[in-house]
Amino acid sequence: MKDFAFATVAELSAALAARQCSALELTDAALAKIAAAQPTLNAFVSVDPDGARAAAKAADAARAKGEGGALTGIPIAQKDLFMTEGLRTTCSSKMLANFVAPYDAHIVTALKQAGTVLIGKTAMDEFAMGSSTETSFFGIVHNPWQPEAVPGGSSGGSAVAVAAGLVPAATGSDTGGSIRQPASFCGITGIKPTYGICSRYGMVAFASSLDQAGPMARSAEDCALLLTAMAGHDVRDATSLPHPKEDYSRELAQPAAAKPLEGVRIGLPDAFFGDGIDAPVLAAVEAALVELRALGAATVPVSLPNIDYSVPTYYVLAPAEASSNLSRFDGVRYGHRAAQYTDLFDMYQKTRAEGFGDEVKRRILVGTYVLSHGYYDAYYLKAQKVRRLIADDYQAAFAQCDVILGPTVPTTAPSLGAQMQDPIQMYLNDIFTIGANLAGLPAMSVPCGFTPNGLPIGMQLQGPYFSEARLLNIAHRFQQATDWHRRTPKETRHA
Amino acid sequence: MRERTWEVVIGLETHAQLSTASKMFSGASTAFGAAPNTQASAVDLALPGVLPVANVGAVERAIRFGLAVGATINPTSIFARKNYFYPDLPKGYQISQFEVPVVQGGGLTITTSTGQKTVRLTRAHLEEDAGKSLHEDFHGMTGIDLNRAGTPLLEIVTEPDMASAEEAIVYAKALHALVCWIDICDGNMQEGSFRCDANVSVRRPGEPLGTRCEIKNLNSFRFMEKAIEFEVRRQIELIEDGGRVVQETRLFDPDTGETRAMRSKEDAHDYRYFPDPDLPPLMIGADWIARVARDMPELPTAMAARFIADYALPAYDAEQLTASLAFARYFETAANIVGKANAKTVANWMIGELSAALNRHEISVENAPISPEQLAALIARVQDGTVSNKGGKDVFEALWQSGARDDVSAIDRIIAERGLQQISDTGALEKMVDDVLAQNPAIVAEVRAGKEKAFNSLVGQIMKASRGKANPAQVNALLKKKLG
Repeated sequence: MKDFAFATVAELSAALAARQCSALELTDAALAKIAAAQPTLNAFVSVDPDGARAAAKAADAARAKGEGGALTGIPIAQKDLFMTEGLRTTCSSKMLANFVAPYDAHIVTALKQAGTVLIGKTAMDEFAMGSSTETSFFGIVHNPWQPEAVPGGSSGGSAVAVAAGLVPAATGSDTGGSIRQPASFCGITGIKPTYGICSRYGMVAFASSLDQAGPMARSAEDCALLLTAMAGHDVRDATSLPHPKEDYSRELAQPAAAKPLEGVRIGLPDAFFGDGIDAPVLAAVEAALVELRALGAATVPVSLPNIDYSVPTYYVLAPAEASSNLSRFDGVRYGHRAAQYTDLFDMYQKTRAEGFGDEVKRRILVGTYVLSHGYYDAYYLKAQKVRRLIADDYQAAFAQCDVILGPTVPTTAPSLGAQMQDPIQMYLNDIFTIGANLAGLPAMSVPCGFTPNGLPIGMQLQGPYFSEARLLNIAHRFQQATDWHRRTPKETRHA
Repeated sequence: MRERTWEVVIGLETHAQLSTASKMFSGASTAFGAAPNTQASAVDLALPGVLPVANVGAVERAIRFGLAVGATINPTSIFARKNYFYPDLPKGYQISQFEVPVVQGGGLTITTSTGQKTVRLTRAHLEEDAGKSLHEDFHGMTGIDLNRAGTPLLEIVTEPDMASAEEAIVYAKALHALVCWIDICDGNMQEGSFRCDANVSVRRPGEPLGTRCEIKNLNSFRFMEKAIEFEVRRQIELIEDGGRVVQETRLFDPDTGETRAMRSKEDAHDYRYFPDPDLPPLMIGADWIARVARDMPELPTAMAARFIADYALPAYDAEQLTASLAFARYFETAANIVGKANAKTVANWMIGELSAALNRHEISVENAPISPEQLAALIARVQDGTVSNKGGKDVFEALWQSGARDDVSAIDRIIAERGLQQISDTGALEKMVDDVLAQNPAIVAEVRAGKEKAFNSLVGQIMKASRGKANPAQVNALLKKKLG
């Protein structure tokens, strides 16, 4: 078999269709690469060689019969907060370190039905709370571009698995940027769809009104393929939208014109280009704008007047929901339970003190506080009102433009440990990503350059509700004209 | 009667378990009595990643209730999380409704010994039940049964409008009858399908409301009456002895007939209510309400009024007949067979004979071994003189025993088999009358002297001679003719 390392899903799909390789070969290659990389990168919490090989053989059998689709036989990884039947789901927490779910999450089922081969589960910030994957109970995860840098988070393991070429695609979840920020830090492409597009059934809830699943891959084209499989109405999730099934690749297939983005109006909010952005990041995004204009797009200034309040708003609402969502981890029915306790409340206290890490505890405390009697109106209710204002800002902006663009994160990946001492600084770095979660809008991160030190830079595209196909198409046309997304850390790491 | 100088103020919160096949937010069955934890789905166990979906049937039942009590059905209501830790509460929160309930306002009119009164309803909201903690069977441990977890409940809250235990019981019984009537709750109190919490306070007339105590989980009307009466006495004695009522939650102990403190206000949880982000606002459009209204059964008060108008029944009879929908339907079926003119006779039979038999055998009218068609046929036989009233009661008893519910011909068969026909043959009767007169010259003389009692004695003797089969009206007429 030819070396398919760093091949895209689309390329592997073509190779499988052309019998240039088998799903089993791709799976074995992925398992070998993961085993080799695990000591240095630590991207995976669990790997399922037997299950993966069985699924790969089934995929090969299906393809041999002329059945299956574009994703049949493609190895993927799942972020370890999606329930996988028979394969443990830990949320990178001691609390669930040995938890094996009796069912598959909706998107896990959807991706299995599409023929993908589940290789394993990727590390994350504990219960998706964090921006560096450093809060994982299973140890630090390293950025393949620079081992002393964080991979971002909370979907850090998935970002590393794709960036290091261990699997061609993985899933993530995004509550305040948890797909886009690690995608940006690791030089890959990731999309958080419109809230309600992907069912949350079987995805461990962090902040229910903000959480969305989405794909992380090497290209917009690959993200479109995965999202097409993952999206769809699910009656088990009352917030799942009864939106008709879409083919998110449909605009990508159209032949490339000289100016494929003719007529596209890109809105540039002043808030996304202000102070506090690293110079290389700003330069890379501005260079990308030059490229996008060359492809035919026009840029217009827009305004998001309340976006500065998005971080405090988010850090009231998300912990509030989390404090309640995480109450079920009480040691009674499953998960960690303290070994010694004197009575029921001692059991609760010890179980949760032992089972949760510091960042999770911090957010439970904040969330409990803002929902408490006498504080609810001042914090939770006020934050809900600001959330509405931010959503209204976006609606007003989209009256003037088709998409909004800016850096995904003001910085590139910080060094390991740099942010753990200063949670406020860590929270502030979510400034550009949180707005899309608060408003429920689709948003994606697309590689657009590197720092002089070789760390990836990502730009973010945000669009109106249900504009995924358009966002993916803009990113795809950009990627047809650039090669940032095709760079690999291999050379860097061996240099 | 120290109570005379005190006013009692009572408000009730009732949990009516809604009669849906599946749970409030999951597809698991709600059937009672299954082996522990066999009716608990992944959602009920609160496994990681599961989500609630509201049961449309439960919402529909809430709408039905709202319509029945003349309440406002909120076009948008909100499910909220009530957060607290307890082993039989798997999610660590109960999904309920807090600021905006599905049903708001309305009232229920009750009739007590002191007259009619309307108890105002504050609200009724949808929520899920918790599981059960089992302390008995496990030494030093607690067993958890989550079969009940997630069962849909409608919590119906009154204003503090009841002024005595009697009023509270009458209200609770009326509410019980109503939720059964509109078929939203099976009303089974032993199984906990209908249970009340009573908020009780006392005050001297003219004073502001006193401090209240809440008595939890009263699952029988008798216990409720005893608990409230005890609590009223306790509070009055406490205050009169110079003490102060402390706001607290109390439990009624049926063994001692007393209430005892469970937890004080200071121990009360901060439930940190907030809108459940897993559930969108509950939207109820006018078309949905109209659809539910169209399928609503006629309500008991409307039906009683109609019985009074259509069947010329006294108000008491109409009220008794509308005690349950099944009883009322039984009446209408029988009354329509015997004809409106004889409807009062049907009412008499049902309020008398039938009710007594149902009570004696402790069964509901749906399970009565005598069908309304049979009762109508029986009444027809009394009316046409085939059997006497007394004979009719014998037929009723025999019919009850036979259990041949659908067999209308059973009535004539029983009459024939048991020889219960009245003797209406004038010749045969005349002979009996003549014999009795001849055998009792002294009594005949007394009758002629104007003694009413003596006349009745002769009737009795003739009835006895006929072994009860003589038609008493005919006997009377004959006697009068002969002695006149």
